[in-house]
Amino acid sequence: MTPPDRLPGSEIPASRVGFGMSRPGRNSAGSATPEEPDNDNGEETLPPDAQVDLSKDRAETGIDDVFKALDEDLVGLAPVKKRIQEVAALLLVDRARARFGLSTSRPNLHMNFTGSPGTGKTTVAVRMSDMLHRLGYLRRGHLVSVTRDDLVGQYVGHTAPKTKEVLKRAMGGVLFIDEAYYLYREDNERDYGQESIEILLQVMENQREDLVVILAGYKDKMDSFFAANPGMSSRIAHHIDFPDYTLDELNDIGKLMMRDEGYRFSEEAEKTFRDYLKRRKDQPRFANARSVRNAIERARLRHASRLMETDESVGKDQLITLTPDDFLRSRVFAERDGDGDSDGDSKK
Amino acid sequence: MHITQGTFSYLPELTDDEIRKQIQYALDNGWACSVEFTDDPHPRNVYWEMWGLPMFDLEDAAGVLAEVNECRKAKPEHYIKLNAYDASYGKQTTALSFIVARPSEEPGFRLDRQEWHDRTIRYTLHPYVAEKPHGERYNGQK
Repeated sequence: MTPPDRLPGSEIPASRVGFGMSRPGRNSAGSATPEEPDNDNGEETLPPDAQVDLSKDRAETGIDDVFKALDEDLVGLAPVKKRIQEVAALLLVDRARARFGLSTSRPNLHMNFTGSPGTGKTTVAVRMSDMLHRLGYLRRGHLVSVTRDDLVGQYVGHTAPKTKEVLKRAMGGVLFIDEAYYLYREDNERDYGQESIEILLQVMENQREDLVVILAGYKDKMDSFFAANPGMSSRIAHHIDFPDYTLDELNDIGKLMMRDEGYRFSEEAEKTFRDYLKRRKDQPRFANARSVRNAIERARLRHASRLMETDESVGKDQLITLTPDDFLRSRVFAERDGDGDSDGDSKK
Repeated sequence: MHITQGTFSYLPELTDDEIRKQIQYALDNGWACSVEFTDDPHPRNVYWEMWGLPMFDLEDAAGVLAEVNECRKAKPEHYIKLNAYDASYGKQTTALSFIVARPSEEPGFRLDRQEWHDRTIRYTLHPYVAEKPHGERYNGQK
């Protein structure tokens, strides 16, 4: 009856005990050893009297490039940049501690970005995933950006697989949930969003080494979201608030965008643009950097049609220069209490 | 009888860490991974049951490995294999397939001989576990 045993050569050596094969009485799910990001290169533990050069560590990871790009491409946001530097410092020190064999539990890296629209939350999240990847806390460093639609299903039993699929896609990187407060609808207790939140919480707690979750949304709405979901709030270590841009910062952002698009202001246009921003800022539905971008897009349109109407030939200078007229024709200047031309066409 | 099948059939069992690396290799090649299980050990059994849908657009092996572990938990004492599908034009086939879990005891096969006309002998493989109904094989673990 006894069939021939294993073929020669297929015996399992005793040293390979970590087999992924399920055996009765052993929980193979737990046998996947969580990778410590610092010890995977097989470094030996340093003696207690050794010295570690933190600045060298820092240079090796290349996060300075991230900071530099952050400083150059993102105007303002001083508190945000400071917080990111602090997080980076903590992670670097943790790495150094691990080299001495000091116990370092993996820090909780889940974050919450609050702020008005157009304050750079998504952009910072992309940079953050890059930084965490360079520091070795994320294996892949990609960013999966989702909203309620991607997580919550339409009928019973649809939500869990949908959320899990998104989570699987985000493994090794950052899961960025935009407008996260929509996940919870207090007026409907049978809303499937709650189910999605529960799965998220479970993964945020148990698979911390696999992904980082970043929630984003308006400050007041996120506050009520957290008030209704205390479990979510306690699992997020970093609450970072993105301040609104000042007029000067908006101006700088505008210039930066113009430079990237290959345009420039004429001398008077620069003053007009500033004046435009000043007026636009106080109007409803002002979306910070996004409104600046829209304003420039519209100015480009007017610039283009202005050039088409002239019969003269145009030179390079005219093609790249925006004049005050391109901005002055905006509705922002026409009526003080209008909607502004930069955000949609609806007029009150 | 230790049943072998697939890409690494000639190697000792892969550890979880090795499985993770193989999954990562598949994902780096853009292959979609899927998990399948069965309790019918016959070598000609090609219809394994799917554990969930194939996983597309994944970056990191952790997601696939989590599904493998889920399947191991839900289907102990089963054969579980991992497939990686190459969807690129001209391939469109399974690029990688290997067993990631197996029952603790594998009774093996009986060779049946059928005497046929003209002293012909016809052979067939009969898995011992196939005597029990589907779902009750291998220590009755479902």
